[in-house]
Amino acid sequence: MTELHELSLKETVDGLQSKKFSSVEVTDAYIKQIENNRDLNAYVLETFDQARESAKAADKNIAAGNARPLEGVPLGIKDLYCTKGVRTTACSNILRNFVPPYESTITQNLWNAGALMLGKLNMDEFAMGGTNTTSCFGPVKNPWDKTRIPGGSSGGSAAATAMDMACATLGSETGDSIRTPASMCGVVGMKPSYGRCSRYGMISYSSSLDQGGPITKTVADAAIMLKYMAGYDHKDSVCADLPVPDYEASLKKDVKGMRVGYIREFNELGGVHEDVYKGYRDCLNAFKAEGADVVEVSIPHVIFAGQIYAVLANCEAASNLARYDGVRYGLRVDGDGSLDDMYLETRGKGFGWQIKRRLVIGSYMLSAEQYDTYFKQAQRIRRLLFNEFAEAYNQVDVIMAPITPDAPCTIEQVLNGADVVSRQGCLIDLLTMPMAMAGVPGIAVPAGSVDGMPFGIQLCAKRFDEETVFHAGYALEQMLKGDK
Amino acid sequence: MAYTIKGKTGDWEVVVGLEVHCQMISKAKLFSQASTEFGHEPNENVALFDAAFPGILPVMNEKCVEQAVKTGFGLNATIQKFSQFDRKNYFYADLPSGYQITQMYHPIVTDGYIEVNDDEGKVKKIRINRLHVEQDAGKSIHDRHPHKTYIDLNRAGVALMEIVSEPDIRSPDEAGQYLRKLRSIVRYLETCDGNMDEGSMRCDANISVRKVGETEYRTRAEVKNVNSVRFTMQAIEIEANRQIDLYESGETVKQETRLFDAVNCETRAMRSKEFAHDYRYYPDPDLPPLILTDEYIENIRKNLPDLPEAKKKRYIEQLHISEYDADVLVAEKETSVYFEKAAEGHDAKKVANWIMGDLFAYLKEEGIPISECPIKPENLGKMVDLINDGTISGKIAKDLFVLMCESGKDPMTIVEEKGMKQVTDAGAIEKAVDEVIAANPDKVELYKGGKDKLIGWFVGQVMKATKGKASPAVINDLLVKKLNG
Repeated sequence: MTELHELSLKETVDGLQSKKFSSVEVTDAYIKQIENNRDLNAYVLETFDQARESAKAADKNIAAGNARPLEGVPLGIKDLYCTKGVRTTACSNILRNFVPPYESTITQNLWNAGALMLGKLNMDEFAMGGTNTTSCFGPVKNPWDKTRIPGGSSGGSAAATAMDMACATLGSETGDSIRTPASMCGVVGMKPSYGRCSRYGMISYSSSLDQGGPITKTVADAAIMLKYMAGYDHKDSVCADLPVPDYEASLKKDVKGMRVGYIREFNELGGVHEDVYKGYRDCLNAFKAEGADVVEVSIPHVIFAGQIYAVLANCEAASNLARYDGVRYGLRVDGDGSLDDMYLETRGKGFGWQIKRRLVIGSYMLSAEQYDTYFKQAQRIRRLLFNEFAEAYNQVDVIMAPITPDAPCTIEQVLNGADVVSRQGCLIDLLTMPMAMAGVPGIAVPAGSVDGMPFGIQLCAKRFDEETVFHAGYALEQMLKGDK
Repeated sequence: MAYTIKGKTGDWEVVVGLEVHCQMISKAKLFSQASTEFGHEPNENVALFDAAFPGILPVMNEKCVEQAVKTGFGLNATIQKFSQFDRKNYFYADLPSGYQITQMYHPIVTDGYIEVNDDEGKVKKIRINRLHVEQDAGKSIHDRHPHKTYIDLNRAGVALMEIVSEPDIRSPDEAGQYLRKLRSIVRYLETCDGNMDEGSMRCDANISVRKVGETEYRTRAEVKNVNSVRFTMQAIEIEANRQIDLYESGETVKQETRLFDAVNCETRAMRSKEFAHDYRYYPDPDLPPLILTDEYIENIRKNLPDLPEAKKKRYIEQLHISEYDADVLVAEKETSVYFEKAAEGHDAKKVANWIMGDLFAYLKEEGIPISECPIKPENLGKMVDLINDGTISGKIAKDLFVLMCESGKDPMTIVEEKGMKQVTDAGAIEKAVDEVIAANPDKVELYKGGKDKLIGWFVGQVMKATKGKASPAVINDLLVKKLNG
């Protein structure tokens, strides 16, 4: 018999609403699963008492016939989302004692829909990193092989989802932080269009790229999650004022006539493991077999995506993280009594090496002398990429690409700075960041294994066309199911 | 003659550009809902955004956009349909986010001007490069504790307009006129209260000097936070002289930020740290560009109140007020409001004279603003009517004015109560004239003997006898007729 924690979100919702089991039972099952897998280091804060209280209240609502759509569903939340009265750290020592007096819009939307929180999930410090080794709480382990990384920055979210430590989780993406860990952990990760969900209460890394999204067990679960996360919010000035479609209605198997593109520039990439490449070709062929048109598109500037990401994200981070100065909240380390020394001590001790590295680079690139060379040039190329994607979407409905080119590195390799780590990192950047730069929605769907580790395939549609993403993602998921 | 400063080596010209920060009138801050009201406890008016809490984002206050556009029209400027906010990055304890949101690259208003009169009295345009919108910082309080600094964020995030002139100003007087006009404009528009002493209008002056005839600009110094028009004028003169002394003793002027010390009448260099910043400006990714529609801009333009220059023109052309008087009447919005009410349906020129003469003197003595004047403007107009229709004499009017100030009553009521009506009945005046002539035969003899000037004395006597209510002109006519007859 399937255990409660093994159910998908959709199955859980159905079971709860039809009173097959209670929220308290589901919540307890997940709590047990979390307790049994603490060695993964996926959670940095467990809020079990609060979860059980919420579960009891949810069961009352269900019994009274007042069940909301996600009533009693237990979720894990990336520690990037501010949760009212619950410590939120972005996994940085500089916020280690920070308890926000406010709730992020995305989490509030989920609580309004009846969901409850099991705890806060590990991540790379301030979401900077693709390995989940930069957290001040230590690295997260990949559930498939505990010596390996889960990917990042939403590594805690992906690992917890893969190990059934939550019914679904919240991740967030700036460059690839949802799709990469989802791919490495063999789960579904959905990155919505930039502007689809409010960023209010999400700790900023790079404001022009940050976007929250779900990491789930199935494509259908991601569609359900996003439906309740998304929506216009006046508290985020770049949040799109668009109606949120019923994404569940997009979950169709039929892909006849769907135009599926692949990016020419990705064809001759060295370094993509043949198993991954074969898996990717197989997926394209599967679509073809189901009646889709497979079309080659060219997006010449994809090759610069990693570099322009490095410029823009570091520049924005340098200014977004200036607020952590020890004056008002978070860590303060007094120095010799002067203000400048307090800044140096606080930021010196509060930030990890990765943060300091990126802030230094970002500050340099924004300096008056370098501004045109780096920031302005990167913005220009970003605009070109944006236009090239728009052009490509005149020819195709969805673009398919690999995400992670090989099995994830080991934690040890990362900590030792092995060459393979940066090689793999560069390839991942190349495969994922063009979409982030263009602000388009994309989904990572588990598509096979390499060296005994999972890898995913991504499907990205034009901006604000999440429906096509879910349609294609669901179809791929069902095609692959048929294979097995 | 243009304003120049005589040096040992020749005549010097001053070149000045002003950067004026005006605190906008708006209930809420530029990007948060916190109140902008003064006089609250420290840190009482602070929203999460103002204290830069993680994940809290700026939300534009539309009122501030409207205020900036209005002011742009007041400065005869171009309203930019596309503008954008940028971050100016620097660390300071009273700047919570570590950056100030401002408009570096695409300001909302550009290319305006204010007219002043140059030293030869000719109208001269001081060009305005731009008006941009930005956040104010908080306040650091260093004197409450021997080792600690206290931070008050009530002001953090309050909307400012920075208005930057071109270096077109050539004398302290032009700078003074520019500032007064600017203040008058923002007060008319109700976009800033213009109180320099309270810091809601602050001025930085970029000052350089050059030899008369030179066409290139020399190095400038920026004198910061001068908090009155008079101080700005003084600072320009003092700083210009300092620079001339430097050049004439073979030294150079450094580009630096200086502070004006009004007590010691000098400018002093601020510590070098203050201006060694690279502010790393870049567009704020949390805010989309500000796009204004033609309709939006036009709607604001249509509802603009009358501005000082327009009023001045109207006073001169329609009410036949002299240019000088018109300038005085429009300088303060309250004065023009009072004047217009008082002049409506009455003799505008006489009303203007009374306002600029007796009324201003009275207000100055009492130390009250014109809005609190006990004489209602319509009563001043009525008083002028009483003079013009001969009901009272000009002399009596002076007394009446004082009584109106004291009681606030309608002039006609006072005239009735106090029996101040001018005696126009020729019979009554003639009787008084006859009595004065009869009572002073010696003076009559002297007059007839050629002492013409005695006529004044006779008039005075008759005025006294009629308690000032008789028309001096009528008395004069009668006296001349009778004494010569």
